[in-house]
Amino acid sequence: MRTGTIKQILLITDGCSNYGENPIPMAGIAKEHGITVNVIGVMQHDVIDENGMREIESIAEQGGGVSQIVYVQSLSQTVQMVTRQAMTQTLQGVVNRELKQILGSNTTIEDLPPEKRGEILEVVDELNETVDLEVIVLVDVSGSMKPKLPTVKEALLDLSLSLNARSGNNLFSVFVFPGKSNYVEKLLDWTPKLETLTSVFSKLSAGGMTPTGPAIKEAIHYFNQKHSVRGLLSNHDEEYFEESV
Amino acid sequence: MKNTLKSPFNISIGTVIQGKWHQNKYVIMKELGRGAIGVVYLAEWNQKKVAMKLSDNNMTITSEVNVLKSFRKAQGVTLGPSLLDVDDWVTATGTFSFYVMEYIEGFQFLNFIKQNGRTWIDMFILQLLSDLSKLHTHGWVFGDLKPENLIVTGPPIKIRCIDVGGVTPQGRAIKEFTEFFDRGYWGLGSRKAEPSYDLFAVAMILINMYYPQRFQKNGDSLTFLKSKIKQVPELKEYYSLLIKALSGHYKNADEMRKDYLQVLSKKRMNVPQSSPTQMSGFSRRRQKKYQMTGPSGSSSFHLAKMKNRNLKRKQRKRTGLIESIVLLVLISFLYFMYIYQFI
Repeated sequence: MRTGTIKQILLITDGCSNYGENPIPMAGIAKEHGITVNVIGVMQHDVIDENGMREIESIAEQGGGVSQIVYVQSLSQTVQMVTRQAMTQTLQGVVNRELKQILGSNTTIEDLPPEKRGEILEVVDELNETVDLEVIVLVDVSGSMKPKLPTVKEALLDLSLSLNARSGNNLFSVFVFPGKSNYVEKLLDWTPKLETLTSVFSKLSAGGMTPTGPAIKEAIHYFNQKHSVRGLLSNHDEEYFEESV
Repeated sequence: MKNTLKSPFNISIGTVIQGKWHQNKYVIMKELGRGAIGVVYLAEWNQKKVAMKLSDNNMTITSEVNVLKSFRKAQGVTLGPSLLDVDDWVTATGTFSFYVMEYIEGFQFLNFIKQNGRTWIDMFILQLLSDLSKLHTHGWVFGDLKPENLIVTGPPIKIRCIDVGGVTPQGRAIKEFTEFFDRGYWGLGSRKAEPSYDLFAVAMILINMYYPQRFQKNGDSLTFLKSKIKQVPELKEYYSLLIKALSGHYKNADEMRKDYLQVLSKKRMNVPQSSPTQMSGFSRRRQKKYQMTGPSGSSSFHLAKMKNRNLKRKQRKRTGLIESIVLLVLISFLYFMYIYQFI
């Protein structure tokens, strides 16, 4: 059975966007493309300001994903947890949609008695294990993020470790914003292993602005490019899971 | 759809929770614990104490219920708490899923050790290893194995695993873990659910007993952990066993258990050798425990004594050798002096 592909954007940031498009509608557009947007807000000792927190939650909500605010120390655990949680959510969405088709318009997993849920979960678990996953990681490297970047790198290696324990395939790509010459810069092209990231973070120079919106836009574009290229090469339809609420 | 992972609920004591499907009524008595996903409460049902896990994530609840159910199928094995009920609680703010399990009364593992001493550790690790062996034979891996998920019940004193949130079918990816006990964090293996994943955690639990504050990774993990083990004399006795477990050389829990028993019997032999001045309260207590062990224990205790005597004889032999060498040298020196006179 071909199980299709889950597409995610993972945004790691520590505050408000201040340049370019509003990231919230951008996240909405991503969702329309079948891409889930997850956001992780990283704190050091300071507290993220109210506005930043609201933006983080709104981006994830609009992007159909999961958001979490964490201290930099617990980043590793959170990154993998958020990613997996979002995968489950997406798959649950798919299962819910199927259920609606079979059982009528308003049936979701929650409407089934607990006994029946167990069986459905087995299916979701199985999919979680075998589904292919594509993640674009967007890392905010603006000024205040600089001391947190080594931990971000650690967290991404950890994510790769967690996801590669599954039997499904993974593809990762890493973008940073702002880039040296552009709003967004690609650090790492599609690869199944984030371990190749080891050296690339060191040559970053963290700048002042935070173009979160343009970064999400670029990620969507990059996803589409990949799939259109692949569509040209291979003739069969790409099957992917679309988020449905 | 929820977009955050935090558990927002705070249920006040005395709240009555009635299930939507089975209509059972539970009175909340106390909060027992709070995890990343969900809260565990002590509740009363039909004048009986039960434990209830509530979460806004119904899939997590369902997944844990699945695990508990399959444990129930494994007859006669107490791998986790037994499952009593699964239901939904409908409130004005939303529907929460919950399951009800037997309430295992006991001490937190770490508290128990703090109060009763490290003498108990060996027994608990052995109990844990045989439980894990059963769990693994049934095709599961515990996953999030750490002292916080262990509880001590009894008498007879027995260690039990309480949180089945991390239990994963073998071959799948581990979904819940704690860094210190996770071999992935230390770069010493994958996060695939296999018996050796749990055995790594057992080794870390033992290390944790002597490093209650725990520590973070630092450079090459195996070298670093080796040095940490060597720094504690009590841990050093388990050195090769720990290294084997940490580097994933044990294929199953029984193998590790066998080695563990071997370490213990070696330790027993070492006890009479240590001089009385060196014997702190801790090891004296340990010695007393050995003497209390049954007939089989005392025989090997006897063996240890005999070994000790042999050793002493060997030592005596050695001093004799030194004596004769000294005498020989002295005599040849005198003889030389004697000869020298004639030259």
